[in-house]
Amino acid sequence: MEVGQMQRQWVDYTKSLFMEGLLNGQQFLQLQQLQDENNPEFVFEVVSLFFEDSERLLKDLTFALDQKGGVDFQKVDALAHQFKGSSSSVGALRVSNCCLALRNFCLEQNTDACLRCLQQLKQEYCLVKNKLETLFRLEQQIMAAGGSIPMMELSF
Amino acid sequence: MNLNNVKGSTMLSSPGDGAVSDQFPAGLRVLVVDDDPTCLMILERMLRTCLYQVTKCNRAEIALTLLRENKNGFDIVISDVHMPDMDGFKLLEHIGLEMDLPVIMMSADDSKNVVMKGVTHGACDYLIKPVRIDSLKNIWQHVVRKKKNEWRDTEQSGSADEGDRQQKPSDDADYSSSANEGSWRNSKKRRDEDEDADDRDDTSTLKKPRVVWSVELHQQFVAAVDQLGINKAVPKKILELMNVPGLTRENVASHLQKYRLYLRRLSGVSQHPNNSFLSQQDGNFGSISSINDLQTLAAAGQLPAQSLATLQAAGLGRSTAKAGVPMPLMDQRNLFSFENPRIRFGEVQQQQQHMSDGKSINLLHGIPTNMEAKQLANLHQSTQSIGSLNMRVNASTTLTNPLLMQMAQSQPRGQVLSENTGHHVPGLSSALGQPNRNGISNGPLGRNGMAYNLVPKNSSTLSYPMNQTPEMPVSSFPLGSTPVISSITTKGSFQEEVTSGIKGDNGFVPSYDIFNELHHHKSHDWEITSPGLTYTASQPANPSHGNINVSSSVLVQQGFYPTQQTGRSRDSPLMAKSIFSLGEGLEQGILQNADQHLNTLVDNSGRVKVERIPDESSQTNLFPEQYGQEDLLSSLLKQQEGMGPTESEYDFDGYSLDNIPV
Repeated sequence: MEVGQMQRQWVDYTKSLFMEGLLNGQQFLQLQQLQDENNPEFVFEVVSLFFEDSERLLKDLTFALDQKGGVDFQKVDALAHQFKGSSSSVGALRVSNCCLALRNFCLEQNTDACLRCLQQLKQEYCLVKNKLETLFRLEQQIMAAGGSIPMMELSF
Repeated sequence: MNLNNVKGSTMLSSPGDGAVSDQFPAGLRVLVVDDDPTCLMILERMLRTCLYQVTKCNRAEIALTLLRENKNGFDIVISDVHMPDMDGFKLLEHIGLEMDLPVIMMSADDSKNVVMKGVTHGACDYLIKPVRIDSLKNIWQHVVRKKKNEWRDTEQSGSADEGDRQQKPSDDADYSSSANEGSWRNSKKRRDEDEDADDRDDTSTLKKPRVVWSVELHQQFVAAVDQLGINKAVPKKILELMNVPGLTRENVASHLQKYRLYLRRLSGVSQHPNNSFLSQQDGNFGSISSINDLQTLAAAGQLPAQSLATLQAAGLGRSTAKAGVPMPLMDQRNLFSFENPRIRFGEVQQQQQHMSDGKSINLLHGIPTNMEAKQLANLHQSTQSIGSLNMRVNASTTLTNPLLMQMAQSQPRGQVLSENTGHHVPGLSSALGQPNRNGISNGPLGRNGMAYNLVPKNSSTLSYPMNQTPEMPVSSFPLGSTPVISSITTKGSFQEEVTSGIKGDNGFVPSYDIFNELHHHKSHDWEITSPGLTYTASQPANPSHGNINVSSSVLVQQGFYPTQQTGRSRDSPLMAKSIFSLGEGLEQGILQNADQHLNTLVDNSGRVKVERIPDESSQTNLFPEQYGQEDLLSSLLKQQEGMGPTESEYDFDGYSLDNIPV
């Protein structure tokens, strides 16, 4: 596939992520704009950091909600809050919405609802992770072919 | 520092001349603190894109260390609100007080109360995550603005602040920041591991005459303020008292301003010194060290705790005795939950107004309670948000604040915590269970009675049956102390309950030193006297301990009077009682306890010692003197009188507490 084609593919793919609500277009583009020749891998680095942090948060959330002796909702809430913050920073929209829902369930102290929400959260996270990884692979291909990542604008 | 040097230099350091490097704001030195690595990375990148010089750290403690070690190494700080090791607001306060740098808060939480907290804690801006780069582009304005203000305040001596050049006195009004500083300082100390010292008394740091208010310096400041009295604490005199070489009047003035804000925040109401409250209550709080004696307190060196307590009490209407302040907090909650049918809000309000006129609410001035808003929240949820005293104090204050607010609304006391209380009010009510409907809770009583820990030491329940005439016959208060005697001296047992209850609820109690003291004074008989009760001289003299203290604290919390019970609540049973009277409606249990207290009081004094309280027991002196609300006090007294001894019925008419079995 030639570069131009790959680039178009990249653009379409990114747009689709925005359309599906998986990514917050504005936020994600902001990150893109922070990437320049001095920081060519910025988005990739940030998102990788996000993935790492998320794994930890999900693990902690699972652990906290698994406490048979009683769930510490404050702890769960704090974790959800943090996850919400980081996911919204990278534009993982559905993930952060899920975190918001989880926080609400924490307020209600509804363990079952929290667990279900956590399940959904994990799914959303996996979904966005896969999509982003696909996007990054595409980017690498473009770069390998000598092309550059197109600068997108939110015009759609 | 030269302004011309943009890169990395203190661009804005040059005081006096607004000249900024032409490259400004490039090179602005930003410290960003966030425990979320993703956000931190993004922020750093964004800030770098804005050409700022960025230092990032993920721990508040590290940030503080960095700031302390590089006094002038940063121009602005951006911090997240929710961090594991330290609350963002606490960090904010630290920075504001120690380094006086502009701080921007940020959070994914955009709820109004959190943003409000940012405002009240002095943040110069609040960003909602995810942060956009556009929001960051203009943060330099905060730096410039602050410097401009500083220049105005401090003398423009290029170097330090020596000489008392009288620059335009930016300190307005020297309203004395209540002596809560001590407590505030205390809590600050507690929190902060005492950093230290940078004792830069002379601070004159260079161009920017920025004084570094080290712990010691601040303590000196507080002591001076206390000594002078809140009302009289003018920068000039404070400066003289402090006698610190190199310190200028302007430095003191701006610090005083901050301190006042702080106190205001704590008490939720800006008000005059607690004294007013104290005076009112003095009658009632026998043991409550009147906040008036903040100075005394200060002298005692326990100011911090006491002030805090007092303030809180005042704010909450509880007399926070030096004793465990915690009680007050708790009591407050309990108080509120008590049904104060008698106390009519309106009436109380009036009374409160008297009280609040002066003092109420801001008793907590010094108390670094960031928690004003939090407090309410805490109340509601028994959150231990009060990690530090401040919190607790605030909590109480907040409780009272709303109440106070109500009272104070009519009175423009200085800075009415309208905002704080306003918000809190609703919270308070709810938190309290029911904000003394009698008006105590809302009105002056609210402050007093509400928060007052109904520490029924002895008897578990104070029966408020005593005349719980809802009306607060302030005028009838023989004691003339502020009816705000919110400190409900519940007899021992009650106290425990209260405390525990309160503790659980708002966690107020726990850390607050003052409150702790109150705890000790569990035996304070906090009587929750319904306002209608006539305080018959029998003050719930809790011989056991200064429950009055508790009351004091409670009172203080209410903002009525920062009476700090010096643990000798016994003496000022009156005070306590009066408080209780106010709280008529406050739990029955409490009344009962109060009865006992009353008995004791009666025994002790056999008279409404409202007046005497101030003088005799230092504890309760706080209020009586300060508060000129005799009415309130009298009403309180009335209530107390009404309190029947031991039984739930307090016959508050006229002191008939003699027979109250202690």
